[in-house]
Amino acid sequence: MGRDVSESCIDSLLTEMVSTYCNRFYANKPELAARRIEAIGYQVGHQLSERYTMERPCFSDHLEAIKFICKDFWFELFKKQIDNLKTNHRGTFVLQDNRFRWLTRMSIDQSPENGTSEELSIMADNKTMQSMHLYFPCGIIRGALSNLGIPCAVSADISNLPACSFVIRIKA
Amino acid sequence: MGYNIGIRLIDEFLAKSNVSRCVDFKETAEMIAKVGFKMFLGVTASVMNWDADGTCCSIVLEDNPLVDFVELPDTCQGLYYCNILSGVIRGALEMVAMKTEVTWIRDMLRGDDAYELQVKLLKQVPEEYPYKDDE
Repeated sequence: MGRDVSESCIDSLLTEMVSTYCNRFYANKPELAARRIEAIGYQVGHQLSERYTMERPCFSDHLEAIKFICKDFWFELFKKQIDNLKTNHRGTFVLQDNRFRWLTRMSIDQSPENGTSEELSIMADNKTMQSMHLYFPCGIIRGALSNLGIPCAVSADISNLPACSFVIRIKA
Repeated sequence: MGYNIGIRLIDEFLAKSNVSRCVDFKETAEMIAKVGFKMFLGVTASVMNWDADGTCCSIVLEDNPLVDFVELPDTCQGLYYCNILSGVIRGALEMVAMKTEVTWIRDMLRGDDAYELQVKLLKQVPEEYPYKDDE
């Protein structure tokens, strides 16, 4: 039973959630705000993966579960699959999305050649805001994998906007 | 939170719906219920219970996508889960020069039979232009 709501609803809600946690609930405590946002993502990911795997048999190994995240799960969330999956075969996976949907509305700041310290600090603030928006999807991935029985740590890398890489480190 | 979302959502609404200026508050309420809700949440609402002045009405939602998978646990019995919607409407209307108060009258998560929002127009704030005509 699918429902259609406009995409701007989810974009607005996510932006507002990050803004509320960073500027109101935990103003001046970005680490706490980040943890809360990631925890919300964890819950969401947990419940979504429950729903999306209802009719499937269990995954045989970690790689199958990661592939599920890259293909079906990502498709349900973002209408596309992960563009590139890399692994070191020792528990670390890098998922690259070349055009991460939730970041498409963010400006890409080019680093200035000779930045004044003020420009650089503004840029640093922008980078912090951008990274705040990534705690939610990292939490979603961590929650989804945890529901599949795979405890892990997830971080994001946006050195190459609008591409975004998620690094999953499976806990032994 | 809803207020902050509403003040931006109104721009998207006006850009996409291409409607002309509403003549009065009654038309505004119909716009929100029929066009706005449809555009963003995919459902239509109805407007009823107008008061004598035409400044207060109810918007009734039979169907509310926000609560599809939601049940309020015992610890949250006093929660207005959909209160973000009231903020969105209030924020959006404020951007088009109307100060309103939006409250929930009926909420299915709390045991009622429908979702009913009361929208009350408090004040219409005429737009102020920073430029004088003769300068």
